[in-house]
Amino acid sequence: MEHQVAPFDAARVRAEFPALGLTVHGKPLVYLDNAATAQKPRAVIDAVERYYESENSNVHRGVHHLSQVATQGYERARDKVRDFIGAGAREEIIWTAGTTEAINIVARSFVRPRVKAGDEVLLTEMEHHSNIVPWQMLRDELGIVIKVAPIDDDGALDMDAFEALISDRTRFISVVHISNSLGTINPVERIIALAKARKIPILLDGAQTVPHAPVDVQALDCDFYAFSGHKMFGPTGVGVLYGRRELLEQMEPWQGGGDMIQHVTFEKTIYNDLPYRFEAGTPNIAGTIGLGAAIDWLAGIDHAAALAHENDLLEHATRELSQIGGLRLIGTAANKAAVVSFVLAHAHAHDVGQIVDSEGVAVRVGHHCTQPVMQHFGVPATARASFAFYNTHEDVERLVAAVRRVAEMFA
Amino acid sequence: MSDLRELYQQVILDHNKKPRNFRAMDPCDHEADGFNPLCGDKVHIYVELDGDRIADVSFQGEGCAISTAAASMMTQAIKGKTVEEAKTIFDIYQHMVMGEGNAEIEQIGKLAIFEGVREFPMRVKCATLAWHTFKAALEGGNDAATTE
Repeated sequence: MEHQVAPFDAARVRAEFPALGLTVHGKPLVYLDNAATAQKPRAVIDAVERYYESENSNVHRGVHHLSQVATQGYERARDKVRDFIGAGAREEIIWTAGTTEAINIVARSFVRPRVKAGDEVLLTEMEHHSNIVPWQMLRDELGIVIKVAPIDDDGALDMDAFEALISDRTRFISVVHISNSLGTINPVERIIALAKARKIPILLDGAQTVPHAPVDVQALDCDFYAFSGHKMFGPTGVGVLYGRRELLEQMEPWQGGGDMIQHVTFEKTIYNDLPYRFEAGTPNIAGTIGLGAAIDWLAGIDHAAALAHENDLLEHATRELSQIGGLRLIGTAANKAAVVSFVLAHAHAHDVGQIVDSEGVAVRVGHHCTQPVMQHFGVPATARASFAFYNTHEDVERLVAAVRRVAEMFA
Repeated sequence: MSDLRELYQQVILDHNKKPRNFRAMDPCDHEADGFNPLCGDKVHIYVELDGDRIADVSFQGEGCAISTAAASMMTQAIKGKTVEEAKTIFDIYQHMVMGEGNAEIEQIGKLAIFEGVREFPMRVKCATLAWHTFKAALEGGNDAATTE
C-alpha cells in the first residue's frame, strides 16, 4: 500500500521565488518552461549576491582571508553535492559548466582512449543532442559505431531492442534518465543491471532527474552521472560530473591549465589529484556556492509530497489538453515526469508558443535539442509545458485556456 | 494583445492555411533549402528565370504561420519581377520587419502586412527565411540557407 503523502503547499513555496511573481504582457506569469531551466528561490539569489558582495576571491592557494572564505564555500558546496547524490567521496564530484560539459569529459577522457574503430557506444533514440554529438565526434575521429535503442510510439524505451543491441563490441552505454522532450522516465535500474552484467561502463544524463527526485548514485550503481545546477533551482553555468573514483583515477585531464597541476616545468607536468585535475582554470565559484544553497533549500522540501503534486499537475494537464480538438500529445509513456509535449493540427508549435505567451504562459517550442525524437513522431517541433513543484492547478487552467485560444484562432 | 493581432492578421492566417505557389517545380533553374534551427522550420524554394525576370517561383516545406505566410506572399510579390527588383523588395521588407525603418514601405505592397513582426524580434527569422533561401537559390551555392 502507498504511504500517505501530506498535501504539498505550492503557494508557500512559490512565495520564495521572486520571478514567479512577475507580470508578463499584463498578466501574472505562468512559468511552464522548467525543463529548460528552473526559477531560483530567494535563498539561491541571496547566496550568489552575498558571495560577490562579501566573499569574492579566487579559490585555492590564497592565504588571505577572502580567498579562504571563497575556497571554503566552493569546497563546502562540493560536499553538499556529494551528500545530495549519495556519492561515496568528495573526490568523485567534478565541477563542470553543466551536463553537456560533463558528458564531453567522459567521452574525451574516459571513452576515447579505450575505443578503436568498430567499437560501439549504445545510446537511445530519446537522447538530448548533448548525449549524441560528443559520440559522433568520436565516431568521426576514431570510427566507432553509435548504436541507437529505439523508442515506441508512446515514447518509452524498447527494452528488448536495447538489450539486443548490447554486443561484445559495446564499450560504453550513455542513457538519459528522464527525457526532456517526452518526460519518459527510463528503467535505469534495469539498464544499469544489463550494463553491469556485461561489465560495460555506463553514464546517466540526470539533468531532468535532479529537480524532481532524490538521486542515489551508489544505490543506482552507475559509473558516471551528469547534471546541471540551473534545472534544480541553482545558477546557470555550473554542473556536476559524478564518476566512480577508480574510473576517474584512470582518466587523463581533458583540459590543461591552472589549478589542475601539482608541478609544472617546461619539460613535464604532474597533474593534480582528484577532483582538481578536471577543474582547470578559475571555476564558476559563485555558481557552485549558489548550487550549494539550492541543495540546502531543497532539503526543506518534502520530496514525496512535491513529486505527488507534480504528478497531479501532469495528470490534470494531460486530461484537459487531451480534450482540445486536433491536439496530439507527444510522449505518453506509462512512467513519466511532469512534462507535456504536444502539437496542434493546424498551428505550428512556434505559433502556439507565441500566442500562449501573450496570455502570460511561458512554454518552450521547438525540437528541444532532441531532433531524432521529433523525426520519430514525424513532427518538426512540439510545444512543451514542463512543471515544477511550485506550479499550481491554476497554472494548468491558464495553459489550457491559452491553448484553446490558439486552436480557435487556427481552426 | 494588439501586438499579437497585428502579427497574426487574417491575411497571414489565410496564407498559412492555403499557401499560394506551394508546389515543387521540376526541373527548375535554381533551388535551395532553408532551415531555421531555432524552431525547425524548413523551406525549399524553386525559381524559374526568363533572362533576368522571375518567370515562376514556388516553395515547399513546413513551418510556423509567419514563415509559411511569408514564403507564400513572397512568391506572389516577386513573380514577374526582375531579380534586382526582388532584391530591392527584400531589402525594404527586411528593414521593416527588423524595425529599422519603413520609409519605402509603400513600394512593397501587401508585404507591409508583416510590419507587426518588428514587435517580435524572435520572429524576424521566420519572416525572412524564405527570402534568404530565395537569395541562396539564385546565388547557387550548395550550402543550405539558414537564419543563423
